[in-house]
Amino acid sequence: MNPHGPAANPVWAVELNHVTKTFHGTAAVCDVNLRIADGEFFSLLGPSGCGKTTLLRMIAGFEAPSDGSIIIGGTSVGDMPPHRRDVNTVFQSYALFPHLSVRENVAFGLQMKGVPKAEIATRVQAALELVQLPGFGDRKPRQLSGGQQQRVALARAVINRPKVLLLDEPLAALDLKLRKEMQIELKMLQERLGITFIFVTHDQEEALSLSDRIAVMNHGSVLQVGPPAEIYERPLTQFVADFIGECNFLPGRVTAISDGIAEVETSSALRISGTAPQPVAPGDQVMIAIRPEKVRLIEGERPSISNAFPVQIERVAYIGSDTRIIVRLPDGSSFDVWESNTISTLDPAAYYAAGDKAWLTWTPQNALVLTE
Amino acid sequence: MLRSRQEQRRAWWQASPAAIWLGLFFLAPLALIVLYSLQSRANDGTVLWTWTWANYAQLMRDSAFWRTLWLSIWIAVVVTAITLVISYPLAYFIATRPRRWRIVLLFGIMIPFWTNFLVRIYAWKVLLGNAGVINQLLEGLGMQPLNLINSRLAVILALIYGELPYMVLPLYAALERFDHTQMEAAYDLGANHWRAFRRVMLPQTMAGITAGAILVFIPTVGTFAVSDILGGTEGFMIGNLLDLHFRTTPNWPYGSAISMIFMLMLLGAIWLYFRVTKEVPDGENPG
Ligand SMILES: Nc1ncnc2c1ncn2[C@@H]1O[C@H](COP(=O)(O)OP(=O)(O)OP(=O)(O)O)[C@@H](O)[C@H]1O
Ligand SMILES: [Mg+2]
Repeated sequence: MNPHGPAANPVWAVELNHVTKTFHGTAAVCDVNLRIADGEFFSLLGPSGCGKTTLLRMIAGFEAPSDGSIIIGGTSVGDMPPHRRDVNTVFQSYALFPHLSVRENVAFGLQMKGVPKAEIATRVQAALELVQLPGFGDRKPRQLSGGQQQRVALARAVINRPKVLLLDEPLAALDLKLRKEMQIELKMLQERLGITFIFVTHDQEEALSLSDRIAVMNHGSVLQVGPPAEIYERPLTQFVADFIGECNFLPGRVTAISDGIAEVETSSALRISGTAPQPVAPGDQVMIAIRPEKVRLIEGERPSISNAFPVQIERVAYIGSDTRIIVRLPDGSSFDVWESNTISTLDPAAYYAAGDKAWLTWTPQNALVLTE
Repeated sequence: MLRSRQEQRRAWWQASPAAIWLGLFFLAPLALIVLYSLQSRANDGTVLWTWTWANYAQLMRDSAFWRTLWLSIWIAVVVTAITLVISYPLAYFIATRPRRWRIVLLFGIMIPFWTNFLVRIYAWKVLLGNAGVINQLLEGLGMQPLNLINSRLAVILALIYGELPYMVLPLYAALERFDHTQMEAAYDLGANHWRAFRRVMLPQTMAGITAGAILVFIPTVGTFAVSDILGGTEGFMIGNLLDLHFRTTPNWPYGSAISMIFMLMLLGAIWLYFRVTKEVPDGENPG
């Protein structure tokens, strides 16, 4: 498979080496290194303006990197123009051609490649069936709903059987229900076609549920790359922990380390033990990160475990599957707790109420000791 | 369903200003010209009221007329084509600038047109004349002076200059409306610049091209002042011929016949234009 040498060196679908893009002196993308495997569903996740679109546009060839190299399917693309690259894009605005029918839109890429007319006709029909729009070939894009336009944009791209499909927030314009439907369809399509997807989103749930791997970006840099569970359960930085899911943060200083469990004293003299995903040393300033669903509230006597703090219940919000509780720690700081409602009952005594006292506890593996 | 009488009457009433305007400024003069073209000239130059086809019969054999007509159409086609070729990139450039720059640039294009039309034509005379700016420069550089004035070239240059905004504005309007990410989509799907332009941008800006072409072609083909001042005998156009027959000679019936034939030719040209541009492919056939 590798045209360049021994197979020990696998060919990545896309390889980014030190890719940087500056606009008027400010870096939109900063020293990004990524290796994306063939057939992978890879998501770029990050807040608005973090450089996701810019990165995608460099892979597509609309923007030239200021520095670094991009390799697609083992070939360095350098300043190869977009129309020569074996990638296709699904634009956020879809960018369908309004003067062409759905059929002509979908056929466009094959016509540009000079595929014979008869083959185009059958492949267009197949692509329209793939996105469940077989009867819509003669319509103009403006005669379609948002979700249908989205499917046409998808069909127009995948019909070319690109090595890599770039999707820039393809579902952002859809309402929630349609969005969930399309997420599932997108994932099934990707599995069926085996095309590498590079998927931009700033919806964390979408990224977690669809991706094989996620790259979390901020200010033009990639902060962490990994499978969804790793990103969620073992964030390496405060930013990642905060951006993906909810998190409680307590600043502190490392006092001791044993067996990978770090003892941390918070600024208000709470002593907490937690897991450090990256090496820390006594004396380091750190941030304790604890997800609200990974703690327990216990009533009655002080439980005999290392992390147990007396708290007062401040506010209780019943949301069906969970009850979301805000508690106050002895040092006065507030802390979010989500309790799963695993037992069906109407007994008010089964739920906490504001003013109740309890013990807030967690096991050391649920408290992450982060250095940044 | 038939509309009520009252409704019909109201519709008439509402349309009547347009009807009056059309009748007064378009149909009445037209009828007058048709009327004159069927009379003949008295010896003293006035109109002799006798119904005759003689003017049209004479026109058919008048090779000077046909030559002038073809020259006018040829000049107008050349001017329209060159203006289009210059204006399209210009309008594209303006339409793709940041919003506040667009206004400034459009303004910049229009500022020269605040000076009087005749002043601008005479400025070209100063520029192109035998002792004009260009020839003085050439002489200064030790080169042979060129004969620029009193030529078709001078007429064409001045017309292109004068008509440019009428082409740029409709093209700008079309290009400003155009969603430019579509071009990226076309490149992404394997189109090179030319094919992306032809299959995506051109069909969607065709309305602007049509509007611009008509706005430039019509005044150009009937121009009088530009060819009169800059054209000499070489640039003698249909407007000058009409001037000759209505003012100098005068022979109003013959001039009216020329007007009629000229107008029919123009309508034919516009009809042809729509026929041709309708066939610009925007779909099925692969570039
Ligand atoms: N052509 C450009 N000229 C100047 N600055 C640009 C250009 N394109 C992007 N930027 C800047 O680069 C940064 C990254 O932009 P980018 O569009 O890649 O963000 P994004 O992550 O896609 O954001 P969003 O989620 O809002 O789409 C932004 O600060 C943006 O202002
Ligand atoms: Mg973006």
